Amino acid sequence: MVELKVGLEIHQRLNTNKLFCNCPSKIIEREPDEWLIRKMGVSYSELGSIDPAARFEVLRDREFFYGIYYDETCEVEADESPPLPMNEKALEIALKIAKIFNMIPLDEIHVMRKIVVDGSNTTGFQRTALVAMGDDESYVETSKGRVHLRTLCLEEESAYIVESRREYAKYKLDRLGIPLVEIATAPDIHDPDQAEETALKIGRMLRATKEVMRGLGTIRQDINISIEGGARQEIKGVQELELIPEVIRREVRRQRSLLDIKREMERRGLSEDELEDSFANVTPEISGSNSRMFRKALSSGNVVLAVKLPKMRGLLGREIQPGRRFGTELAGYAKVFSGVKGIIHSDELPGYGIDANAISSIASKLGLSEEDAFAIVVAEKGSAEIALGAVLRRVRMALKGVPEETRRALPDGNTEFMRPMPGSARMYPETDIPPVNPELILMRLASWRYESPEEVVERLMRSYGLPLEQADMLFDEEKVDIFERIASSCRHLSKRFIADVLTSKMRYLRREGHPVNLISEKMLEKILSLVDKGVLAKEAVESLLADLSLNPKADVEELVRSKYSMDESLLRRIVEEAIKKHRDLLKEDKDRALKKIIGEVMRRARGKVDGRRVRDLVVEKIESEA
Amino acid sequence: MALTYRGRAGKFLSDRGVKDYDLVLVETDRLSLKGRVIPRPELFDDTHLVIKLNNGYNVGISVDKIKNLKILEKGWKHREPEIPRMEPRKGLPYVPMVVTGGTISSRVDYRTGGVRAYERPEELLDIVPEIADIANIDYRPLFAEFSENLTAGHWVKIAEAVAKELNSGASGVLVAHGTDTMHYSAAAVSFLMKNLGKPVVFVGAQRSIDRPSTDAVLNLIASVRVAVSEIGEVVIVMHGSSSDEFAWVIRGVKARKMHTSRRDAFLPVNSMPIAKVTREGIEYLSGFRRRDDSLKVEIDTKMDDRVFLLYVWPGMDPKIVQIIKDLDYHGLVVAGTGLGHTPYEVIKELERLVKDGIPVVMTSQTLFGRVNLRVYETGRLLLKAGVIPGEDMLPEVALVKLMYVLGHTRNMEEVRRLMMTNMVGEISRSISMRFFPPCWVS
Repeated sequence: MVELKVGLEIHQRLNTNKLFCNCPSKIIEREPDEWLIRKMGVSYSELGSIDPAARFEVLRDREFFYGIYYDETCEVEADESPPLPMNEKALEIALKIAKIFNMIPLDEIHVMRKIVVDGSNTTGFQRTALVAMGDDESYVETSKGRVHLRTLCLEEESAYIVESRREYAKYKLDRLGIPLVEIATAPDIHDPDQAEETALKIGRMLRATKEVMRGLGTIRQDINISIEGGARQEIKGVQELELIPEVIRREVRRQRSLLDIKREMERRGLSEDELEDSFANVTPEISGSNSRMFRKALSSGNVVLAVKLPKMRGLLGREIQPGRRFGTELAGYAKVFSGVKGIIHSDELPGYGIDANAISSIASKLGLSEEDAFAIVVAEKGSAEIALGAVLRRVRMALKGVPEETRRALPDGNTEFMRPMPGSARMYPETDIPPVNPELILMRLASWRYESPEEVVERLMRSYGLPLEQADMLFDEEKVDIFERIASSCRHLSKRFIADVLTSKMRYLRREGHPVNLISEKMLEKILSLVDKGVLAKEAVESLLADLSLNPKADVEELVRSKYSMDESLLRRIVEEAIKKHRDLLKEDKDRALKKIIGEVMRRARGKVDGRRVRDLVVEKIESEA
Repeated sequence: MALTYRGRAGKFLSDRGVKDYDLVLVETDRLSLKGRVIPRPELFDDTHLVIKLNNGYNVGISVDKIKNLKILEKGWKHREPEIPRMEPRKGLPYVPMVVTGGTISSRVDYRTGGVRAYERPEELLDIVPEIADIANIDYRPLFAEFSENLTAGHWVKIAEAVAKELNSGASGVLVAHGTDTMHYSAAAVSFLMKNLGKPVVFVGAQRSIDRPSTDAVLNLIASVRVAVSEIGEVVIVMHGSSSDEFAWVIRGVKARKMHTSRRDAFLPVNSMPIAKVTREGIEYLSGFRRRDDSLKVEIDTKMDDRVFLLYVWPGMDPKIVQIIKDLDYHGLVVAGTGLGHTPYEVIKELERLVKDGIPVVMTSQTLFGRVNLRVYETGRLLLKAGVIPGEDMLPEVALVKLMYVLGHTRNMEEVRRLMMTNMVGEISRSISMRFFPPCWVS
């Protein structure tokens, strides 16, 4: 195994209002009330590390649509008003989290503007502040050693992207400005599974504060990977924890393959000078072919440009990740910098309706020899030139090894190029917000006690006699509070039964396709209190929950009365009938008879009467007859 | 290099020979931080040192907690990015920009966080290259002031600078201005200019130009378009909506900043926008004075800035009016209520002012609509007291106009005549039903 260094960046949304205005941190499903249309002005000379020409073109030409909600977003999200002071509650939670991880809060917190170029913030920058830093004593323990925590930042969430095209991108502003805590670990992780374990552990610790948001998208992780001989990569947007090890394994494989390709390029004696920025117009060569794809593209005034990639034959088709080839990497650059849909390279030809004839006429136009390859792109002329320029740049980089990149995680664990790794220079002070001195909050927090996940689980086992699995489940599903409330109010119920309803039963129903998330905590408390009072049979809980999930507005008591309880006189009649049937046995063996009678009644009344109540009734009846 | 730190932090740093921008290593109980010393604004406390870490973040450290400080490198030799010089293009009109200050003419240096003004037009073209296709622009730095600090003296200087450019071949002149009082300056320059036949375009920004979301890009493109247009008036050109789609061209004496922060804060009051400008071109919406390049601009700089603007309120102490006279003001503009009213007790005080030779002009706090002192008893009493109805002039416009008028005469009847005479479009002959509510976005 090559030397692997992995660091994680965990982004967790906090459960407060927005960071720089008083709007609710609420995701809104409906269409925005209005769309604003904005452009981003960018200084040509300040683009710095991002390829100036190409980036400039893309950004300048794009329009950004921002969907606003009249009642849920305000002037601040629309970049029409300066930010309000930093949300103190959010800062307090961030400082609590710093405390949990034994990190050191900064004495004065400065909000910065981090320039973003994709339009995901209406301002053109993300507001972010470094709140705390770590030292040797700031770490999480994993089964493979300590992972240290480096920095803790409090920042605003970006706007939610609805649609992205070369000419425009559409965002909704409901998500913009939700407070996020970003926790970055040191590159102490040396193993793909340890990365998952670390993320899981940090996530659990954050949830134990009970002040972070829960649910889909509220926590996400970026992975920083560097590999000996390779380069550092920042992989964004890994949604599921379980995918982390696979993403890392596939990145290792990608970098190894890229290094193999580099060695092969060197062996073939390719030098940078041979890669020339000269593009041939091969539109006539292609238009002779019978590809419908090309005919369609060319009819709208596009051209086909080709570039010679000397000594690269066979390398473009080389697989670097399952299903992804070196050519896919080149295409990634072309797409990002020029907005084209992709490129076609000679290692995948003949194909796409390009036959051997067309290939050989392109080859002769470019003056190719046996070892050479080529790439073509079909687009409007300007974009096509930018696309092939980007392809050439990527090939030049391949001669040097693996370029540092920001990459996007794909659902299968592969990654694709997003943008070059940003430098650190593109940050400047947010002059609209004065620095914050956290001293007073820290004094308040001196007496705050945090109960770690382990402590919570241990307490659940000790105080309620729950098995470890149930206690763990209650914690992970964030049901500790409701469990404790019910356990203290429903004294007749077994604690395990309560935990079972809250965790396994709900989980089972969800898997069966019942939308149990619609059942409120209040309803759950009501249901269990009815069981506690003997009004509702334990056995009926499951089907009642299923019913309620489909009809969440129903009145619980009404539903129980109408469907889940048996009329008293009917129950008495059933009891009488059962006793009559087993009267003989009752005289011979009272205990056996009792069991049979109760069993008989339960068969007819299951789900409508509690077993305890049936037993009481039967005993009462027998005794009264005796 | 200097050291901007004062007090405890200042002493701590100067004792150790530290200056702004030095690279230092700072050690506290548990932290060891390397970074550049960032200048500290005077308004911040004097107990923290701020350094910029390698990751770009600024952090503040209490100097009381610093155990050890080491200078790793003196000074900071960072170079500004090179911006290529641009040669004027042949055949394009010439549009100089008179720079008075404000958000539009300065930018934050993202490394230091300091604000600095532009020095060369190329710096603007770096952000708004589109304007190089419309005109050859140049810089005429006049002063660098927040617009709330400008005075009548500044208005005269702006008018002089603009006139000089117009008379030496400019197609039109841009005035880069802070937005807070842009409508005061635009009104003043309107009154000071005689024989104007070219566009004088006030332009500003509500979002600073160093931000990617700056409104300056569209505002500048639009204002340059107006500077080469058919319009021959003093106008304000700013965003027409929250989107970056178009700007309004608003007559300088009819414009008002109506929002603290929005891009589309400027609205025409009792008037239509003269035109709607997009990146691509101009659409004229209402009448205006047409360009006449043969005219030679003259300026008349006589102004008397001893004019008071009084915003009345229910229950105000009438004696306040006396203070205006005691402070030796020569004229008073009242922003009255509704049709142009004041509390009854105030009327008597106003009457005394008029008797003492201090003209009083009535405008309305409602901004929209014309004052009318004949409808109610209060109004009739005010008329009788000698108050001059300010027609549909904005209070700020009446203020600037009265300064101009008093610069020429203090004869009460002459002042009355001039204040009620439309000079540069500040008084509407008729107020169309389209003027209110002020939304013309289709």
